[in-house]
Amino acid sequence: MSMLHFVTLAPFIMAIFVPIIYKKFRHLHTGWFILPLPLILFIYLFQYLPLDGAPMETVSHSVSWVPSLDINFTVYLDGLSLLFALLITGIGTLVVLYSIYYIANKKEEPLNNFYVYLMMFMGAMLGVVLSDNLIVLYVFWEITSLASSLLIAYWFHKEKSRYGAQKSMLITVTGGFSMLAGFTLLYLMADTFSIRGIIAVADVIVTSPLFIPAMLLILLGAFTKSAQFPFHIWLPDAMEAPTPVSAYLHSATMVKAGIYLVARMTPVFGGQAEWFWIISSFGLFTLLWGSVSAVRQKDLKGILAFSTVSQLGLIMSLLGLGSAAYHYDIIDGTSLPVVAILAAVFHLINHATFKGSLFMVVGIIDHETGTRDIRKLGGLMTIMPITFTVSLIGIASMAGLPPFNGFLSKEMFFTGTLNSATLDVFNVGNLGVIFPIVAWIASVFTFIYCMIMLFKTFTGKHQPEKLDKAAHEAPIGLLISPIILASLVIVFGLFPNLLSYTIIEPVMQSIMPGLTASGEQFYVNIYHWHGFNTELFMTMGVIFFGSLLFLNQKKWQETAFYLRERDPLNWFYDNGLTGLINGSSVVNNVQMTGRLRDYFSYMFIFLIAIVSFMLWQSNALTVDFTNTTEIPSYMYLVSLSLILCTIVIPFVSKRISAIVLMGVVGFLVALLFVVFRAPDLALTQLLVETVMVVLFLLVFYHLPELRKETFKPVFRLSNLIISIGVGLVVTLTALSVHAYSYENPISPISDFFVENSYALAGGNNIVNVILVDFRGLDTLLEVLVLGIVALGVVVLIKFKARKGEDV
Amino acid sequence: MKNTPVQLHVITRIVAFIILAFSIFLFFAGHNNPGGGFIGGLMTASALVLLFLSFDIKTIKKVLPFNYAKIIASGLLLAVLTGMVGMFLGRPFLKQFFKYYEFPILGETELTTALPFDLGIYLVVVGFTLLVILTVAEDDS
Repeated sequence: MSMLHFVTLAPFIMAIFVPIIYKKFRHLHTGWFILPLPLILFIYLFQYLPLDGAPMETVSHSVSWVPSLDINFTVYLDGLSLLFALLITGIGTLVVLYSIYYIANKKEEPLNNFYVYLMMFMGAMLGVVLSDNLIVLYVFWEITSLASSLLIAYWFHKEKSRYGAQKSMLITVTGGFSMLAGFTLLYLMADTFSIRGIIAVADVIVTSPLFIPAMLLILLGAFTKSAQFPFHIWLPDAMEAPTPVSAYLHSATMVKAGIYLVARMTPVFGGQAEWFWIISSFGLFTLLWGSVSAVRQKDLKGILAFSTVSQLGLIMSLLGLGSAAYHYDIIDGTSLPVVAILAAVFHLINHATFKGSLFMVVGIIDHETGTRDIRKLGGLMTIMPITFTVSLIGIASMAGLPPFNGFLSKEMFFTGTLNSATLDVFNVGNLGVIFPIVAWIASVFTFIYCMIMLFKTFTGKHQPEKLDKAAHEAPIGLLISPIILASLVIVFGLFPNLLSYTIIEPVMQSIMPGLTASGEQFYVNIYHWHGFNTELFMTMGVIFFGSLLFLNQKKWQETAFYLRERDPLNWFYDNGLTGLINGSSVVNNVQMTGRLRDYFSYMFIFLIAIVSFMLWQSNALTVDFTNTTEIPSYMYLVSLSLILCTIVIPFVSKRISAIVLMGVVGFLVALLFVVFRAPDLALTQLLVETVMVVLFLLVFYHLPELRKETFKPVFRLSNLIISIGVGLVVTLTALSVHAYSYENPISPISDFFVENSYALAGGNNIVNVILVDFRGLDTLLEVLVLGIVALGVVVLIKFKARKGEDV
Repeated sequence: MKNTPVQLHVITRIVAFIILAFSIFLFFAGHNNPGGGFIGGLMTASALVLLFLSFDIKTIKKVLPFNYAKIIASGLLLAVLTGMVGMFLGRPFLKQFFKYYEFPILGETELTTALPFDLGIYLVVVGFTLLVILTVAEDDS
């Protein structure tokens, strides 16, 4: 275990202590105890930044988890992981600080839940970006889905919160499953789960027929997580979460997990036409759709949600466009598409800063006025001057205005799309013109919603009668975090090259490992003034047309387009979900009758079918009595009594006698174990049988008198056939196995245990060694099942439904 | 109670302790001879069930005030933590270790991680059996 492992696990360990802290220190806000953790992690990770200009050293440590399946908890820190880890811990610190003031320390607020989920989320997110093993990445990935839906449903008494949580969970987990399938396909091709291992053989797996399916499945995971069209519908509903959560999960970290995955996988899939077209077209369309939808929103958080969707689309499309650089065998800094990747990385950082601060500001407005509806807000500029300043910086950056960092990355975005328009690969040709046009239109809409946000909230007439609270400036505690983020917006805007050598360059190196020859460095230079070029004219156009449309808002405000707030795609989700539930309840009603005997007959019919089919298909049915040993005479007696008892049971009408007969069958089986020298099994069987008889007697004490049930002859006949069939199939299988083992002497698995049980586990009792050593995981999960069953019994009996109560 | 079955009580007391002692023996014998956590646990449980059957539940609950749900939980926790020991030493989950040590009185004794793991199984089995049996038995409605 290295320090980086502990960095990943620290939030989880913290989560264990949160409830204790919450209980012990009720008068202090639990957040104060949480705050140091992300800060320390941030400072620790900060040390890895190559501040001296030298290339970044990658760090890798491995702890084996299930080495036989190539699942190892390998942490790998390169530029890309470092950037994300810094975002997670850095913004995490600010969000925790903000949440301390945002969520009041009142008795009814379950703060312990909040911080447990938040820590769970932070740890999982660190795990996603730091792990090199795909399966470990997947596990953490799903924990982020789980933790985020728990956070969305934090105020679970609200119907909308539960709806949003379920929606985000269903969509992201579906994507996660398909991603797991994609990882499995990658494993089949590359024979390793290690990302670096897969990148190393990337040129081999390109030729595999599984390559495209794997790519599509993984992209589905990335797209659902990063809210790409048409999976973006969960993100606006996730806004029901407390604002610190929105700022953290839905702008800075979780939704960027998909971006991270795409960036991580670019060395594997990049340079393929499918990858290029899918990512760039979905990204661009998401960008357009998100920005257009954001204009229609009336809720400030809704605007930000769709804005995030559109910005995620922007970053995604840039990654797609930039991947074209892989097509040219030698990637160097001068290759045109490289700019797109550069823009993606830069915008990722910028987006985290300005969107994080904007979410926090909106939270403040909500907190201090009681509403986020732009129709009720207005004239807050003089009442909340600090909030206004912070918002102004964030919004200007989001709109892409100089001198803020958003301007720089948006210019680079235009450069990237313009470069792609001239690409001569992947049949781009004339189609390439679409890229800059879509980008430009989306930017116009981005500009409009930015204006709407700013002017509707802060200018115009203040309408105190529409607000729940008298508006006033927020306490300083709430303001610290957005102020810090807004200052970063300015700093990165004025001195963009602070970032270029320290973080952007290492990130570029990890997205494009072949970017430079060994020993050389890739130089990133970001300038404010880049001459009178197309990009600058595009920006001017955006400002001109955006302002024009904004000023003439009244003309299109009343149109159906503008009034319809909810995304039309939700129709598919809502109806799909209802259809799914109805459909499965139809299937369920047919299948789940609530009668044990039906279930048993399903199982047995299935058993008969599958075993006899396999016997028939592999032509294995042989009966051969040549090598049998002589059966001692007492065995006939034991078998006969066993058969007799079994046959009698169905005809007994007294319950006690039936239970005793069952017991006799069990004890006779134990006797068989003794005869065949399996003392462990005999002992277990005896004890289980004893306990079972006691339990049976207790259970039956509570049941009504056994009454003779009259069954239809058909039912009896079918049961008879099924039971005879099971007996026949099992007997035939046993006989065939017996005959087969003489024909083809195969060494049974028990030989391994006989040889190794002492050598490897230090025990002579093979059965026990198998149970606790060789198959310890089985045993562990079996006792887990026991525990769950016990809880189930307790719940069923102690909390029986009252009269007429539905369970 | 009018007809206290004195003989049953006396015999149960003796027998229950013999069974308990034997179950502990079985538990420790497990690694090299027939026995182990599962069987030991079942045997302990049956000794306790015997006590519950001959005395009434209230009396025994006073003598053995265990929360069986907690016993299950601690058993599971013990098993999982034992499995995690390997992880902290850079080995996979549930990796077993064993070594022989010289102890006073006991002589050369084998210590293995399988033992605490087995103890976890033992606790779960005891807890499960008694929790289920007692819950069913106490259910009067």
